[in-house]
Amino acid sequence: MFGSLSMWSDWASSLTTLSEHFPVLVVVVPMLSAPLCFLSRNGRAARGISFFALLSCLLMVIHLLGRVLDEGVVSYRLGGWPPPLGIEYRYDQINAFVALIVAFIATVVVPFGQNKKAFRVPAGRTNVIYAVYLLCTAGLLGMCVTGDLFNVYVFLEISSLSAYTLVAIGAERRAMMSAFSYLTMGTIGGLFFLIGIGMLYQMTGTLNIVDLSMRLYDVSSVRTLSVAFATLFVGVSIKLAVFPLHQWLPNAYTYAPPKVSAFLAATATKVAFYVMLRIIFTIFGRERSFEQMNLDRILLPLSIAAMFMGSIAAIYQTNIKRLLAFSSIAQIGYMTLGISLDSLTGLVGGIVHLFNHALMKGGLFLAVACILFRLGSVKIEDMRGIGRRMPWTMGAVVVLGLGLVGVPGTVGFVSKWYLVLGALEREMYTVAFLTLLSSLLAVIYVWRLVEVAWFSDPKPGIRMADVREAPLTMVVPVWALAAATIYFGIFTEHSAGVARLAAAQLFGGTP
Amino acid sequence: MNAPKHMRMREKLILRVAAKSLLPFFFLFALYVQFHGDFGPGGGFQAGVIFAAGIVLYGLIYGIEAAQAVIPRIWVEIGVAVGVLIWGGTGIATMQSGGRYLEYGKLDPEHVVHGQHLGIMFVELGVLCTVASGMTLIFYLFAGRGR
Repeated sequence: MFGSLSMWSDWASSLTTLSEHFPVLVVVVPMLSAPLCFLSRNGRAARGISFFALLSCLLMVIHLLGRVLDEGVVSYRLGGWPPPLGIEYRYDQINAFVALIVAFIATVVVPFGQNKKAFRVPAGRTNVIYAVYLLCTAGLLGMCVTGDLFNVYVFLEISSLSAYTLVAIGAERRAMMSAFSYLTMGTIGGLFFLIGIGMLYQMTGTLNIVDLSMRLYDVSSVRTLSVAFATLFVGVSIKLAVFPLHQWLPNAYTYAPPKVSAFLAATATKVAFYVMLRIIFTIFGRERSFEQMNLDRILLPLSIAAMFMGSIAAIYQTNIKRLLAFSSIAQIGYMTLGISLDSLTGLVGGIVHLFNHALMKGGLFLAVACILFRLGSVKIEDMRGIGRRMPWTMGAVVVLGLGLVGVPGTVGFVSKWYLVLGALEREMYTVAFLTLLSSLLAVIYVWRLVEVAWFSDPKPGIRMADVREAPLTMVVPVWALAAATIYFGIFTEHSAGVARLAAAQLFGGTP
Repeated sequence: MNAPKHMRMREKLILRVAAKSLLPFFFLFALYVQFHGDFGPGGGFQAGVIFAAGIVLYGLIYGIEAAQAVIPRIWVEIGVAVGVLIWGGTGIATMQSGGRYLEYGKLDPEHVVHGQHLGIMFVELGVLCTVASGMTLIFYLFAGRGR
């Protein structure tokens, strides 16, 4: 009895010691689990390893977010070197929040039922998928948590290279082609980003983000600074798929395995959005970005164009994955709209939409994975009458779809509420009106799915008798996300509340 | 196999002899660059590439089967992963000894500089392992296409 007690206290004290290292372990655990998955040479074992690695990651991020909210910034010095000389991992409200989303989605996607037909990987090599997946997650988490701008670039490359691989293993041969165009665009984006970093380094001699932002105060308006801002902005915009630079996204999401689409749609663009926030608000500062560089004049029209173009294109799609991909472009438009409004409320809307959209699009792509598993097709016309065959899956699609529209009681309403309020605050009535108008377009493409699934008779030639509800391992994660969209649509203190703190911190310009 | 006689690598005596006599120097130079990395420019990445270049040369002259007989593909695949584990394991070891992640100084409690030296050596070994294996694996995959 006594022995077990002391063992317990030993364990507790070692956990306390370990918790000091949580900031770095968040990245190290998935990164080192990747080679373990690779060595395991067994898909099942690799899946177990990745699940437990990511679950521990999620718990660590939750702990860290709690610490950040209680105590303020958490900083970890890699190699014991003090910043700005050494690399620092720095958690504040915004990046702990984004890291939480990444870790959460990454954890939910792993146990999701595996559909062997969706991956073009030789049998017995599925462990490699998990290794690449863990690397991608490690890269995305690293981009969030590092306080060093060059480190952001390194992690960006880690996550992008593994993302290209994940897209390329899609079942159709066109997956290769779309992965290649994703690679080309992504590399160009990375290159622009690197050029921008190089210019900033040349001007200030530092790469630490906080240090950089302070030193840039002294740099008076020089042309290099504008060029650095432009290249960084364009580089991240490609990664984020901001309207005219979105060409890679629809194909990549369409031909990637649905599980991968769910993961990438819910995490990769979100982290890119976070990096954009960092560049605009932390490094260059709100004042410089909006008053000297006139960022809103570019970003506002592009965001509105994305909202409309994405939604209109989504209406005309015949493939449900492509529909969701175009809807993602529209949703990214809402996020960037939040930045371009240049108001605190608008920014809250942008950040909270980052969280909400991750839930909605993650859930929808996972639901598509269920449909593909049972129906063997992702064409919308083949889905006629599927609602009666797969009521739970299609029910989740309806709930998540209502979220995309922004119906009150779902998360989509919360984000749009803040965005519209932000626009009204700035007295941009047209923008507020256009935001609402573009939601009506979302009604059209969501309604198409509902109509096909519930109100149409099965297409002749498709044997609906074989189609039944997807297995529990697939339906439960989908419904977990669907339930989350309702929960966070009603109780907003943990989503919009944290987003508000994060926005206030970014907007105040305090690094 | 259907190439004319004068085109076959088996007939190129000079290339075969020169390659074979150069190979030891490739590997020696790789190790030199590797261990020089503790003191000055150089290190795991360059050493790994030079090491892999030796294997690639052997594969080009004697055929990919001969190269894979010396270094089987499975070793190479394991090597890629093990290198990452050596690098990450060094970081875990420094945390075990009470330091921060990759705080090499803590590896030797008595002598910080020795600790730094040790840490860099291990990390560079990991890099060597992954880069050499990775380069070789890429070569094997490209050379093995269509077979």
